Order: sequence, then structure tokens, then C-alpha cells
Amino acid sequence: MRHFAFRRFMNVFMTVLCGVALVAAFIPLISVLYLVISKGAAGLSWDFFTQLPKPVGEEGGGIGNALVGTLYMVGLACLMGLPVGVGAGVFLAERGDGTVGKTVRFVAEVLSGVPSIVIGIVAYAMVVIPMRHFSALAGSVALAIMIVPYLACSTEELIRVVPTSLREASLALGVTNWRTSLLVILRTAMTGVVTACLLAVARVAGETAPLLFTALNNQYWNVSPVQPTASLTVAIYNYAISPYEDWHAKAWTAALVLLMLVGLLNLTSRVLTRNRLKGAR
Amino acid sequence: MAESRANVLDGAPPMVERPQSTDTAGEGAGDRLYYGVLWVLGFFVLVVAGLIVLNLALVSRPLFAVEGVWDFVKGDDWDPVTQKFGALPFIYGTLVTSLVAVVVAVPVAIGLALFITQFAPHKLAPFLSTPVEWLAAIPSVVYGLWGLAVLVPWLRTSVEPFLGRAFGFLPFFKGPPIGFGYLAAGLCLAVMILPTVVSVSAEVMKTTPEAQREAALALGATTWESVTWSVMPHSRAGILGASLLGLGRALGETMAVTMLIGNSRNISISLFAPGYSLPAVIANEFAEATDNIHIGALAACGLILFVITFLLNAAARWLVTAVQKGPARVVT
Repeated sequence: MRHFAFRRFMNVFMTVLCGVALVAAFIPLISVLYLVISKGAAGLSWDFFTQLPKPVGEEGGGIGNALVGTLYMVGLACLMGLPVGVGAGVFLAERGDGTVGKTVRFVAEVLSGVPSIVIGIVAYAMVVIPMRHFSALAGSVALAIMIVPYLACSTEELIRVVPTSLREASLALGVTNWRTSLLVILRTAMTGVVTACLLAVARVAGETAPLLFTALNNQYWNVSPVQPTASLTVAIYNYAISPYEDWHAKAWTAALVLLMLVGLLNLTSRVLTRNRLKGAR
Repeated sequence: MAESRANVLDGAPPMVERPQSTDTAGEGAGDRLYYGVLWVLGFFVLVVAGLIVLNLALVSRPLFAVEGVWDFVKGDDWDPVTQKFGALPFIYGTLVTSLVAVVVAVPVAIGLALFITQFAPHKLAPFLSTPVEWLAAIPSVVYGLWGLAVLVPWLRTSVEPFLGRAFGFLPFFKGPPIGFGYLAAGLCLAVMILPTVVSVSAEVMKTTPEAQREAALALGATTWESVTWSVMPHSRAGILGASLLGLGRALGETMAVTMLIGNSRNISISLFAPGYSLPAVIANEFAEATDNIHIGALAACGLILFVITFLLNAAARWLVTAVQKGPARVVT
């Protein structure tokens, strides 16, 4: 056995080293947040949220169409993706022990790791090629495909933690299986499922890659599902890689808006989870 | 029900009924409809997976009609005008940036996960892991923007000149400090995959049997020794799985890499040099590509990405669940 002083030194040394890792991880986080807030806040104004973008060199202008476009496409994606995702999750939790269930679970887990740009190509092939048109619909199909596997996995976990005694109590009262599943099990897990949905939405709201060549971009307002549509993330990308200083400033402000949107979704989900935990106590 | 009761009255042994919830026979129409719908929705996940493979194959077919898979993978010439498509620079760039990311992120992630699960007081742990989750919530394009504003100038003015002076004899650190390049993209990726690796590693470490850790401590081990004796042997495969998950994320990451890698179709040993990656070339050229062969080549890049990440993720999931379930069930 080595000398005790050496062992104690080793312990302190490794603790400090792990603490250094902690600091190393927090530096980029603080740096990103600080820059986005400090550089982005200056450009915030009512016009930024409501106006169309203006050409380089012109004062003012906003990203209203991109904000609407993001909300619109994410909304469409939710309509398609949320029911399927939650349904697949309930399927996995209640009927997921057979071969089909195991395969579905495995595929869902692996699909949630497929790069978003690949999903973009798939949406391009499925929607843009048949329609011969870049469109908001194509963008939202890509986002919906991303929502489904992620939500299926998280919903299953949430439903599996509902105590079996609840199901048994309901069944013992003569309630049918489907009413038990829908009105007892899913209802008990509801807060958690809503949280999972919010997190899934927050994830896809920040996606750029699958929108680049599905929804493309649009300089004007658009709420038609078959027309190209601007989005917050693509706007940030285009502003960021441009050589113009005033567009860079717009990129930072748009990034701040995006972070606020994503942050709001995350925060809501966190508050919901905390209330649920309080209720359980 | 009525039948089984009749059996009891007849003096026959009572039938053992199976629990209702797993028994689909004899359910009402409502149950059949409900579980039918659920079954379809679950099956839909498989359909989506099938559609992904099918569509990637269909779109990339025009390319493979004129060029073999192997020529595509090993060719280093990419010119849409002369219709020459070789993906080697992109594959190389993807692998190099992802490896840089993993090499940088994994040690930090292990340290961080150990700090959260082993060293820090238990009450403090949530306050440490929450900010790590925030790192995961920041969108990729925002990381790219941050990389352009912070990482690239920092690398150009301080890190790369320093590395060049100190380790310039290595081929990796040769050449002029440009800022944009493999190193910038790799470091940004490291930050982006950190939360994945940390949270999965921490989950795995938490499943270390408490008795093993306590046994080590009871024998007089320091906290660090309890880590090396019980936590690490238990978690090793899971940490490998977490690293593979991180690698999978890094390989497919698009926006930050596109903005930082420099978009040059050269293959360079030096990490300072600008390069290109598979997702970046898809992001840059797909919207402008007009002829089918060019689109096919880009979709083929997507197909390569899909296959690599699919295999990696499958391996990683297997490793992580094997550890979480414990060694007894690994065999099945």
C-alpha cells in the first residue's frame, strides 16, 4: 500500500482536476450566453419582431416573417409529429414487450441519432420532388420526422413509471383496458408527456439543417404551406455568414430571439415537472 | 367470467385467469380499436425508418448509375461541372473534426460526470447538471455564430500560433494560423457533444452498486480510490457507449461545422488547415444543385452519414443498456 499522504494527495488532485473539467465546461456556456445577450439586446425593438428584412445598408427592418415562419412550421410539425410520437410511446409501454415492440424501440432509439441534415434530404425527396417546389410543408415534414422517435422514447419512459397498482385498481373496477390506458395511465403521466412534447418542440425549433433545402427561405410574409418560407434559424445562418457588419448584428439579435423561444419552452417544461414533483409529495 | 364461476360451483378446480392488461383475447371493440390505433402508430416508426432508407437510396441512384460506390468513397475530386464526384475530402473532414471533438470532450466529460456523481455534495448535484443541460439546449446555428465571433479569432491569434511554436514538429500543427479549419470545427463540436457524453456517463455511473462503493470506502479507500476500484470498472463500457453517442452526434452535426470548417475541398494533415465535411457539403450545395447526378452525389453523402451514425448509435445503445442492466443480462 502506498503512503497515506500520497493517496490523500492523489484524492485532492483528482478532485481538483474534475473541478477543472467543470469550469472548462461552463466557460463556453457563459461565453455563448453573454455574447448573445450583450450583442443581441441592442437590436431588440418592436420593429425587429414585426417588420420584413431590409436590404444591406438600409436602417431598420426585422425578422417578423422568419419568426412567423418558424412558429408556423413548428406548429405544422407538431400537428403531424406529436400524436404519432405519443401514440408510439404508449404502444411501446403497453404492447412493447414482443418482437415488434422491441424492434420499434430499437429503431426509435437509433433514429433519434440520425443527423438532421439526412432527414432534410428525405423530406426533400418525399415532398419537394413530387411538388416541384420548396415549401413550408416540406420543412415541417422534416421536423415532424425528427419529433417522432425522440418523443416515442421519452413517452414510453414516462408511462412505464406509472405504478402498476393504478392500472390494476382501474381494471378491478371493471373499466375496460382502453379507458384505463387513456383516462388513468395517460392522464397520470400527462404532465410528463406535455413536458416531453415541449422539449421535443424546443429541439426542433432550433434546427437549421433540415430547413435549408426544404423550406428554403423567403423575403416576404408567407403562411401558405406550399410556398418557400423563412425561418429564424436559416435567417441567423444567412446573416452570420454574410460579410456585412449590420447583418452580423441582426444575426445576434435573431439568435437572442431564438434562445428566448427555446429557453421559454425549456423553462415551461421545467416548471411543469417541478409542480408534478410537489404534487407527488 | 360466468364460465369460470360455473366451474367453481361444479366443484371443478378454479381456472387461473391471466391478468387482463396483457390479454388481448376477448376484449371489447373499444379495446381492439384503441390498441389497433396504437399498433399502427408504433409501426409507423418502422415505416419512417424504411422511408428514410428508401428515399436516400432513390435520390442517390442517379449517381451510382454512373459511378461505383468505391469510386465515390475514395475519389478526392469533386466538380459538379465536369460531373466528377469523390467524397473523400468530406469523409476525411467529418472523421477528423469528430475525432478532435471526442478527444477533447470525453476526458472533460468523464471528469465532469465524476464530479457531479462522486465528488460534489449530493445536494449540489442538480445545480451542476442543469447548466450542462442548457449546453444541449442551445441550437447548433447559435454555436456556429459563437464560433465565428469567439473561437475563430481566438484560435487565429493565440491558440494556433502557440501550438505551432510548441508542437510545430508534429504534422498536425503545421501551417499558417487561419482560424477556420478542422480545429475550430472540432473544438466547437466538442462543446456541443459534451452534454450528451456527460449525461449518459453520469447515468451509467449512478448505476454502480452502492455496496461496491461502500465496500471500497469501508476498506479505507479515499473517494478517488473508490472511483478507480468500483465506479470505473462498472462504468467503463457505458462510458465507451456515451463516447460513441457523442461521436455519432459530432459526425452528423451540420451548421456549426459548415460555418467554421472553412469549406475547402483539400485534404490536409494539419488541423489548422481549412477542410470540408459531409453535412457541410450537403448544406452548402443541395439547394443550388440542379442536375440529378449532383443531387444524387449529395444524397449519397447523406447515405454514408446515415449508415455510419446508424451503426454507431446501435453499438452505443447496446453498450449503455448492457451496463445499466448489469452483467447478468448482457448475454441475452
